[in-house]
Amino acid sequence: MDTALLFDNAVVLLPELVLAVGVMVLMMVDIGRRGQNGSQLLAGLSVAILLLGIGASVMIWGRAPVEYLDGAISDGFALSVRLVILIAGVLGVLLSRNWFPAIERQGGAFYSLHLLAVIGMMLMGTATNLIVLFIALEIFSLALYILSGFYRENARSIEAAMKYFLLGAFASTFFVYGCALLYGAGGSSKFTQIHETLATGGGNPSLVLPGIALLLVGFGFKVSLVPFHMWTPDVYQGAPTPVTAFMSVGTKAAAFAGFFRLMMTALPSFHDQWAMPLAILAVLTMTVGNLTALRQSSVKRMLAYSGIAHAGNILIALVAGTAAASSAAAFYLFAYAFMNIGAFTVTIALERQYGNENDVEQSRLAGAAERFPVLAAAMAIFMLSLSGIPPLAGFFGKFLVFKAAVEAGWAWLVVIGVLNSAVSAYYYLRIVVAMYFQQPEQAGDEKEQPFVPASRSSVFVVVVSVLAVVVIGLQPGLWADLLRGLGQ
Amino acid sequence: MLELAWLILVFPALGALVNLFVGDRLGERGIHVVASGMVVLSFVVSLGLFFGLAGLDEHHRTATVHLWDWITVGSFHAPAALLIDPLSVTMALVVTGVGALIHIYAGGYMHGEQNFQRFFVYLNFFILAMLVLILSNNFVGMFVGWEGVGLASYLLIGFYFDRHDESYGHYADAGKKAFLVNRIGDFGMLLAVFLIWTSVGSVVFEEVHHGAGALTAGAATAICLLLLLAATGKSAQLPLFVWLPDAMAGPTPVSALIHAATMVTAGIYMVARTHFLWELAPVAGGLAAWVGGLTALMAATIALTQVDLKKILAYSTISQLGYMMLGVGVGAYAFAIFHLVTHAFFKALLFLAAGNVMHGLPGGELDIRKMGNLRAKMPTTFWLFLIGASALAGLPIFSGFFSKDGILLHVANFNIPLYLIGLFTALLTAIYSFRAVFMAFLGEARDQHVHDHAHESPAVMTRPLWVLAFLAVVGGALNLPVLLTMEHYLEAAVGAPAFHPNVTMEFVLLAVSAVVAVAGVGLAYGRYVKGPSTGVGRISGGVARLVSPLELVARNKWYVDEFYAAWIVGPLLGLSVWFNQVVDQGVVDRAVNLVGQVSLSLGGNLRKMHNGLVPTYALSLFCGVVALLLWFVIGG
Repeated sequence: MDTALLFDNAVVLLPELVLAVGVMVLMMVDIGRRGQNGSQLLAGLSVAILLLGIGASVMIWGRAPVEYLDGAISDGFALSVRLVILIAGVLGVLLSRNWFPAIERQGGAFYSLHLLAVIGMMLMGTATNLIVLFIALEIFSLALYILSGFYRENARSIEAAMKYFLLGAFASTFFVYGCALLYGAGGSSKFTQIHETLATGGGNPSLVLPGIALLLVGFGFKVSLVPFHMWTPDVYQGAPTPVTAFMSVGTKAAAFAGFFRLMMTALPSFHDQWAMPLAILAVLTMTVGNLTALRQSSVKRMLAYSGIAHAGNILIALVAGTAAASSAAAFYLFAYAFMNIGAFTVTIALERQYGNENDVEQSRLAGAAERFPVLAAAMAIFMLSLSGIPPLAGFFGKFLVFKAAVEAGWAWLVVIGVLNSAVSAYYYLRIVVAMYFQQPEQAGDEKEQPFVPASRSSVFVVVVSVLAVVVIGLQPGLWADLLRGLGQ
Repeated sequence: MLELAWLILVFPALGALVNLFVGDRLGERGIHVVASGMVVLSFVVSLGLFFGLAGLDEHHRTATVHLWDWITVGSFHAPAALLIDPLSVTMALVVTGVGALIHIYAGGYMHGEQNFQRFFVYLNFFILAMLVLILSNNFVGMFVGWEGVGLASYLLIGFYFDRHDESYGHYADAGKKAFLVNRIGDFGMLLAVFLIWTSVGSVVFEEVHHGAGALTAGAATAICLLLLLAATGKSAQLPLFVWLPDAMAGPTPVSALIHAATMVTAGIYMVARTHFLWELAPVAGGLAAWVGGLTALMAATIALTQVDLKKILAYSTISQLGYMMLGVGVGAYAFAIFHLVTHAFFKALLFLAAGNVMHGLPGGELDIRKMGNLRAKMPTTFWLFLIGASALAGLPIFSGFFSKDGILLHVANFNIPLYLIGLFTALLTAIYSFRAVFMAFLGEARDQHVHDHAHESPAVMTRPLWVLAFLAVVGGALNLPVLLTMEHYLEAAVGAPAFHPNVTMEFVLLAVSAVVAVAGVGLAYGRYVKGPSTGVGRISGGVARLVSPLELVARNKWYVDEFYAAWIVGPLLGLSVWFNQVVDQGVVDRAVNLVGQVSLSLGGNLRKMHNGLVPTYALSLFCGVVALLLWFVIGG
């Protein structure tokens, strides 16, 4: 390979490169201070690296999209997804600070893995090649398997990591098999090349549909589509809550980004064939996610099923398969990042209050508004936004996706989506009702517990998230212009 | 000067905002100075507008001050713009002038009240909304003001929302009643605006005026009937007047400002503003005249039987508004507005004087049967009240005499029975206004405890009243017969009346009115000062023969509230109960609960599938793979 080619257009990957260098620096610093406890320095360094990454993204924002070595591209969609992932990364690091003892001991490992996961996720959004796509998927998946089990004192955390790893490996095999079939069908691993070959009557079209089926399993697992979603609640509940918050948003954004790009640039000519099964998956995902969420007693499990239902909503955009739909999905993910991380942050703060280390039962929330008025108000805003009540950010995410789907002729799917939103309002509002309108069962005991102030960084995350949810909701046009879809 | 018209709105808005946000730091005095000062500044702007307008050629005394494009949807366009013409400037002068005096007075009246700040925020907001109503150059803007004053009225009637007594029940309910009854009128207003938009294609007064020629008689009549419905709500006419007596639950300055001098006249103003539509709909005009005449008569008979000083004044307001409605109904717009102005002076004066009485008596006593000889204890208030009552009774020289007579003159030309009703009402007016004077201030003290504790009000509560008293006396000079000043001034905005009375007829009718007014006072004197002291407050003697068959009916306010309760509220409640129990709980709720139960039980079953075992999860994944492959390979 010509070395000049190696550096041509390398600017496409500038944010990823910044982070990769940052990870190495982080590890060096960690080695240099071996034996010392405390990880404030490492947390600060990680935030700085991620902010540099955001800076790098902003630098290449608005340039004409160029491709790097037939493997990655820097178009508006890639940049939009990157922004979502980097924001989720920053917020995730801020939440992890001080969260559990293992971080104090092994901060270097934790933050390096965290940043590596971010790199993998960002690559998913830029990949234009099956091989890059698979490598990106594995980079962030492996990092997340370890992060899920980082809370080693907690058996559930280890169990979650094990389950996630086993099932993830299982799903990855299907994914890589799908890649192979698609390569066989199109004679190339490059998305646009596959499209050209198949569109001009070449290649081996009979392999395309089995290939799509197997790739769907891989993506479906990552974004938790029914019936590939079973791991989600267990892992979300078992993993350290800051990790859950980060991965619930980051994984979804990354996997959907890769999913959108693959389906819309490599396989648009097969849209008629893949749209219907995806629509059925969307219906299943929304319905099962929402109905199961109705019966959850743990806040984290409820948020896990809610995340499944939201994946169903975003899938509607892919079913529509238009440029407008992909930009709507980017907007949806952007809004989802703030409201979901915000909800998890409040959960973390409440975990500290109730002394339970890694989860909160919904029944404990009764009367929370009186004891923690600020946390309760923030939680109420996130719940209202998640259920899609205007004028908060979540509403416009749903609105844009549904609008794009109706324009593409999928009105029946939108009707089911809207009905599902109505169902979801029940369990989101139940949290609000519990906090504001119910009395705690053992009022005496609750009052005796001293108030544990939330850490400064999580207060910061809550404030930023509330502001974002409100501002995005009040000025949706601004952000909808900023966040681009494929081919825009 | 005219371009600065927007300032007139800015001042009260500023006052309301300042008092809302930093009022608690200003203290009572600061709040009072800000609130009153802002209205005084608005009054100064109004004066500026008046002189600015006077500088224009008298046939083109109108100007539009465009602020911004407010609503533009398709061909529908509603600007935020002010219409400055003689009518709106006259109204603005009354609203800000009388408003400023009442703001000053209220500082004394509300002194020491717990919600002093809230009161002045509402009061400034009212002035703002009222000015929007009268200055907007289009129906939509007017409707915004119309609803705004309704809101302010609701908030201020229910100002003592935690109080409860026998004469008003729960004070908060009085506010609700006013609001709900006004909804009916507002509904008419809204439909009228829709109809104007669809038939003329514009909501701007000037454009509607020019395009009105294209209206069919039927459309114009329909619009005017809807506008009449709106006016009967806001201006408390038959059949929607029932809210105004209850509105006296609000603090007295509110009764004076909103429920006597300004807001309740909005209906009259609106009819005058849309005179070009009424000229096309003589049927609606005739109906308005009859509504006004009958309201005037009925309210006057009720006023004669009331014993609560503020309620007497409330029914008197309804009665006087009836005169104004009668005036606009027969096309005497300028005289109706003239009467509106003089009425604002003397009725605000009477209410504020009644406020002084209430303020100076133990327990805020308002029952005139317990008063008597208050002249000895509160001489200033006596003179003020006497001047107001003389103007209300229409005694010669006082302002009410000229303005009421101007209306009756035009009514006489329109319809003799209506004129006789108006004249008889004038007699009743003289009787009930002096009944109040005589029973409260003259004669013997009937309740020694009340009399012993009575005291005069502080200067802040009497000085503004002297200004009003002065205006109540000389206000008639604004439009002396033959000299014709104000009537002529208003013609630029409301058009010249078709009918010009000859001077002889004018003086004959003036003389008749004067005789009737003096006779009424004489009758009242004979009955309430010279008459037997038993059965105080009852009507007897010559008057009794005229009204005794009606007394029981009148005392019970013509059973209008009872009629509504039995024929409208009752059936509606029954229907609501049916809808609630059968349709909502039986059908809708059951369906919703069924959906909820099905969802929950489905969710419960789905939850059982998530048993935490990796093989189960892998099996689910595998089933998914098989299903997808089958779909794509066989189905696809």
